[in-house]
Amino acid sequence: MRATILNRRQHPPAHGNKSAIGNGQPQGPAKTRAGSLAERVFRIRESGIVVVLGVFVLVTAAIQPRFLNLTNIQFVLIDTTVFALLALGETMVVISRNVDLSIGSVLGLSAYASSNLFAVHPGINIALVFLTGMGIGLACGVVNGTMVAVGRVPSLVVTLATLYIIRGIDILLFSGKQVVEAELPSTFLDIPRSTIGGIPDLAIVIAAVIGAGAYYLRTYRSGRELYAIGSNPEAARLAGIPVGKRVFTAFAASGAIAGIAGVLWAAQYGTIDASAGTGYELQVVSAVVVGGVAIFGGSGSVIGAALGALLLATITTALYVLGISPFWDQAIWGFLLILAIALDQTITVRLTSALRKKRTRHE
Amino acid sequence: MSNVAELLRGAMSRAARWETGLAVVVVAVIIAGAQTSPQFLTGNNMFNLGLSNGEIAIMVLPMTLIVISGEIDLSVASILGMASALLGVLWSHGWPMPAIFVVVAIVGLAAGAVNGLLVTRLGLPSLAVTIGTLALYRGIATILLGPNTVANFPATYTDLGVNGVPGTGDNMTYSTLIFLVLAIIFGVVLHATPFGRSIFAMGASADAARFAGIRVKRIKTILFMLSGLVCSLAGVLYTFRLNTAVQNNGLGLELDVVAIVLLAGVSIFGGKGTMIGVVLAVLAFAGLQNALLLTNFNQEATGIVTGALLLASVFVPNAARWLRYLPQKFRPRKVRSPDIHPQEI
Repeated sequence: MRATILNRRQHPPAHGNKSAIGNGQPQGPAKTRAGSLAERVFRIRESGIVVVLGVFVLVTAAIQPRFLNLTNIQFVLIDTTVFALLALGETMVVISRNVDLSIGSVLGLSAYASSNLFAVHPGINIALVFLTGMGIGLACGVVNGTMVAVGRVPSLVVTLATLYIIRGIDILLFSGKQVVEAELPSTFLDIPRSTIGGIPDLAIVIAAVIGAGAYYLRTYRSGRELYAIGSNPEAARLAGIPVGKRVFTAFAASGAIAGIAGVLWAAQYGTIDASAGTGYELQVVSAVVVGGVAIFGGSGSVIGAALGALLLATITTALYVLGISPFWDQAIWGFLLILAIALDQTITVRLTSALRKKRTRHE
Repeated sequence: MSNVAELLRGAMSRAARWETGLAVVVVAVIIAGAQTSPQFLTGNNMFNLGLSNGEIAIMVLPMTLIVISGEIDLSVASILGMASALLGVLWSHGWPMPAIFVVVAIVGLAAGAVNGLLVTRLGLPSLAVTIGTLALYRGIATILLGPNTVANFPATYTDLGVNGVPGTGDNMTYSTLIFLVLAIIFGVVLHATPFGRSIFAMGASADAARFAGIRVKRIKTILFMLSGLVCSLAGVLYTFRLNTAVQNNGLGLELDVVAIVLLAGVSIFGGKGTMIGVVLAVLAFAGLQNALLLTNFNQEATGIVTGALLLASVFVPNAARWLRYLPQKFRPRKVRSPDIHPQEI
């Protein structure tokens, strides 16, 4: 069954290598050349987002210099943190050719349940609240991961179902109730607000976490294996990669991250009800895709996804600063998303033909 | 002997079809609904049931064809919203209603064509494209209407949304009638025409279908356009039913639509599914929502039931496989344990 979805997207690096072996070519140089070329394109892909981001910021600042003042930059960075954190978890799942649509609901449940602890047990340790949030998220992620990895059913269906179920549980438990800012301790509310040298602490921490995530996926064996699974699950299985275990871990991590993001969401907004984070999953998937992560797995990076989140958050703020009605936000988002996917595809096609040309030249 | 056994097995496998299971679920829902409330089986309640699920049911039909062809369209609810907003804006600018209908239909077709062309001509994954157009079309609806609400539609049209079809004792809504007519048309097209066969073929293997001479790209584009058209029709119905055009009409309905299609036993990977299953799934979904409405269950939490049904729809068909698999997995342990235990004790 999975094989049908396999054929929808062919991955250029795998393609190139396979043919090289078929031709009986000396594999060493061809492989490194293909590798370096692919690497260069990957680098271009991420720098592409940086260029778009840079141009966007410059144009906005040229029209409205107020855009580059400190408060505004802080605002964008804070807006990005939760978003980029969720994008990190989602990237791990998407790279393995799965998708986690339940993160919006997990965030909502975690946001209410954890911040509610402050109302029920005043003076509770903040670390404990974060642990609770993470635990709730982890539990949801484990359920998703078990169903996808052990049950071997499509993740789109499973997480669509848990999106409903988790939100339903959230509503059954907490509907009609609210946690308000007055119930939350100021130390908790200060988490997204405190800054070092003008840069929000939280943004630095999240950047470090994303850096660690990127390093893990790039360097560690289990991280690399997620890419292998995403570019060809059957081949990965035959190569001895514990596919189920890795996919399970990706979902568990995504859930835990969504749980933590829920607590941060609570700290950021102060007022939380059962509808927190509704529909957020599609925004996160958008950020991931804008960041150059292929929706059918196998390629992309956490840094790219985080930059995608930053870009989308910047656009929202820039439109606001430029005095463009916020009613334009969503249309521009959508347009940009489609543009990003189309661009990604063009690069992939170019890369494939470049590899093919290179091979024929050597024959 | 073997003939009888074969016949029996054939009958068994036919009886074990997904649609049979769904029919059982539908009957169970009806019985449970009648048990919970005496109102459940009244004509008035059936009218309400049709009213609150009509647009979703209509959007399920083209989605079925798209999923069978191996793609997905997540922008359906946004096309509904865009059609609704356009209807509102043009009406408030004093356009005559027939002209508005033509424009809305054309815009729906165009929205579907954009989806279809991006998917087929640029070769982009439909999941990603339609998440993009989900935002884009909802964004256009928001640009069109902003925070405004248009609610002064003429009674001749809004009556269509709240009155029954004449001759049915006011028990059938227009949206139900449209759904039934479209379901028959879609069913015939899907199961009894070369066009329908080719949809199954490309869902099973797009490459094989292409080599067999099926115009995969053209047919997929047509399906997306069809979806756009039908969703804009749903948008018009939605607007008249609520007598309001706002930018967030139908927000989030795409997930309900996809859930029903999957519940119907249509494979998310394409190539499998039946229109009868889809009609049964619509009945099961609508019946459950309605039965819960009559109880004092929290209305916003009915998603739990939808989610559980969705999970059942992927796990029940696989249950047979696991039942075969589990004994194999545990057999070695059973053999080994007598060897180890006596020595250790």
